[in-house]
Amino acid sequence: MAKLFATIHLIVGALALAFMIAVAVPAPASAQGGPTATTNEQQLLKQLHDGVIAGQVSIPDKKAANLIHPAGRNWREYHTVTLKWIGGIAIIGMLVLLTAYYLWRGTMRIESGRSGRTIMRFNVFERFVHWLTAVSFVILGITGLNITFGRSLILPWLGPSAFSEWSEWAKFSHNYISFAFTVGLVLMFLIWVARNLPSRNDVVWFKNGGGMFGGAEPPAEKFNGGEKLIFWFSFFGGVGVILSGYVLLFPFYGTTVGNMELAEIVHSVIAMLFISMMFVHFYMGTIGVEGAFESMAGGTVDVNWAKERHSLWYEEEMQSGAGQAMRQPAE
Amino acid sequence: MARMKFLCDADRCIECNACVTACKNEHEVPWGINRRRVVTLNDGKPGERSISMACMHCTDAPCAAVCPVNCFYTTADAVVLHSKDLCIGCGYCFYACPFGAPQYPKLTNFGSRGKMDKCTFCAGGPDTDGSKEEYEKYGANRLAEGKLPLCAEMCSTKSLLAGDGDVIAKIYKERVAKRGYGSGAWGWQTAYHETIAS
Repeated sequence: MAKLFATIHLIVGALALAFMIAVAVPAPASAQGGPTATTNEQQLLKQLHDGVIAGQVSIPDKKAANLIHPAGRNWREYHTVTLKWIGGIAIIGMLVLLTAYYLWRGTMRIESGRSGRTIMRFNVFERFVHWLTAVSFVILGITGLNITFGRSLILPWLGPSAFSEWSEWAKFSHNYISFAFTVGLVLMFLIWVARNLPSRNDVVWFKNGGGMFGGAEPPAEKFNGGEKLIFWFSFFGGVGVILSGYVLLFPFYGTTVGNMELAEIVHSVIAMLFISMMFVHFYMGTIGVEGAFESMAGGTVDVNWAKERHSLWYEEEMQSGAGQAMRQPAE
Repeated sequence: MARMKFLCDADRCIECNACVTACKNEHEVPWGINRRRVVTLNDGKPGERSISMACMHCTDAPCAAVCPVNCFYTTADAVVLHSKDLCIGCGYCFYACPFGAPQYPKLTNFGSRGKMDKCTFCAGGPDTDGSKEEYEKYGANRLAEGKLPLCAEMCSTKSLLAGDGDVIAKIYKERVAKRGYGSGAWGWQTAYHETIAS
């Protein structure tokens, strides 16, 4: 019995001690009736995580957990002001340069005249790949520019309803034709990459300005230095717009709103420069160089054109399947 | 004319989500769309605060600025509304919105997100006030009936205030003065470039 009392005494004593320790620990300092801790918006705005003030939500859409996202303001500034300047300068600037160049140099003629004999430059598959990429690029370019400039340039004279209708079609075209462009770009890379590796000939070509600023065109392979530059610009630019484009095409598939804004910035900047660069290609392939368009239209070029523009390639062709490649014009 | 605003007194919000439910019910909002939501900061930690958030009907609204088809407009009461007939569902307003307000009926890929939907401050849309078309596209037009947004009207703790900005700011300031604390008018700095001293 005494032993039981002693045990109880010990337990009560231990509890009393524990209680005393517990009350001795200072309780959190609470203001008079106020909250024990405050959550301050100004402070949270200063220490944003991933550009947002985020919390918890009880709904499945986790994007809804972002309470305030001030970074949207910067993106708005970019999209409505900066991008228009980048695009405007890149595109209009390039058109001005090309016009000035055309007025100065005019069309680069075949110096020795047409021989009347032709040689195959691009086979039917090469032309198919080129035009698949080219047509999809033009549609993507126009429908894409509509998103940036349409509201200022087209909406005023098309009216709200018609412009919305067109823009919705433009949006869907942009989204779906991206796949055709992707296929075109991949195939184009595969069929032409070997012919576009930089070589010593390109150094000489660039040193002489490719004959663009006077003098004859330096010896060039199937693709000259300038064409190789266009090829690599198209490849890297294409990869850039494709990757950022697919991020935009699949919104919030593992991306945050900040990532989406960044993807739009990357996509639009590359696209504007890409369009600007392609104007050089359009120029050279049409009015810039006599006989150049034929190579992508019918696939054949005049022998004299080949000699003057791509002498190394011409010699190579002559040594290999010259007999088959040469064609007499049908009288 | 009033300058309509929302103000959520976070020190009063008890995260009951009744505003969210009221909004969904009043406007027959489709499944998956949250015109209003309650976000809890520091959940389970000291300083926990819940804030009911929807479109703040910003001054110089970013959504309206980035819209490629210019489908937004501001009413005489400074409520930011949009036309679903013009919206192409591009999603840009969501990127620009500081409050995550724009919602899309479909969260699918290929940009087929459908027409954007957001809080209308219970003010409907460009269709005729109180018409069937307006109700189907934008929900009830309580403002046209002389009523304020339902979310704030039925808030049990009167945490969420909706109405003329000067009036609700005055109510909030009085509360802060009386009880001695307040965590501020959440989002006002971002939406209206002004704060209420707390």
